[in-house]
Amino acid sequence: MIEPGSQAPAFTLPDQDARDVSLGDFAGRKLVIAFYPLDFSPVCTDQLSLYQEVLAELDQRGATLVGVSVDSPYCHAAFRERLNLTMPLLSDFHPKGAMSRAYGAWIEKVGHGNRSLVLVDERGIVAWSHASPTPLEIPGANLIFDALAA
Amino acid sequence: MDELTSAAVPPLRADDHVTGRGPEAIVYIDLACPACAAVWPRIRELPLELCFRHFPMTSKHPRSPALHAAAEAAAGQGALWEMADSLFAERGRVDDPHLWERAERFGLDLDRFQSDRRSGAVAERVQRDFRSGVRAGVAGTPAAFAEGAPLPGEVEAGLRGLTT
Repeated sequence: MIEPGSQAPAFTLPDQDARDVSLGDFAGRKLVIAFYPLDFSPVCTDQLSLYQEVLAELDQRGATLVGVSVDSPYCHAAFRERLNLTMPLLSDFHPKGAMSRAYGAWIEKVGHGNRSLVLVDERGIVAWSHASPTPLEIPGANLIFDALAA
Repeated sequence: MDELTSAAVPPLRADDHVTGRGPEAIVYIDLACPACAAVWPRIRELPLELCFRHFPMTSKHPRSPALHAAAEAAAGQGALWEMADSLFAERGRVDDPHLWERAERFGLDLDRFQSDRRSGAVAERVQRDFRSGVRAGVAGTPAAFAEGAPLPGEVEAGLRGLTT
């Protein structure tokens, strides 16, 4: 898992609407990156639904949350629609898992991201990172607010 | 701005919804959640002092806020548990006319029920529970706590373990 104090690796990935999204787009704001295994899986469904509930309060604290998984933009679009999600979902589809690997949020043996959170500060520096002990464990939203308050 | 940083699950409060006798347990429940509905009847049979707290997952279950408001409004007339039991037992009957029918069946003052379930006080009460759950690390429903700590693993088994 990428360590606090590191420069956040640059990325450019398509979102659910196939629009390119880059790290630089968030300069001057805090960026919370939620790496998760797979759209529509039960645990990921709970996780993204939970974060949606607190999205407005993250925004009030100057933070934008994005989700990242290996799913395609089409799949992301359907997942967002199903769960009424409004946060961007980035497609780490090709080359598969490149961003997740760069942030140390990758499980090679299963070929998808590890459930992990990264907070990038306004200058593009990793301020906090957290990897779930297992992909079945959802990091509570409280952990994000703890990191923002630190 | 109210905080959402980590905090221990609040102990039982005077206005918490509590029923039964036995070891104390707090459950965070989404009244529109299929997983909650599946375990609810079995949880209700356990010999526990059971505290119900609201945890509506609105994006996933758009009808959830209305159901929690109805349950909290029913609680104002002493019928939280009847309302929760009924909402889980008849998950296909959750539109407003179904809520009115329940209120009448439980002998509630319908005008007061209608007014209360749209009130700011009820919304704030539901949010108080939800936010306490977020701060305690609740990430899905059902979730349960005992002696101030989350019960690991499957919720029904965890609660059942408190009774043995």
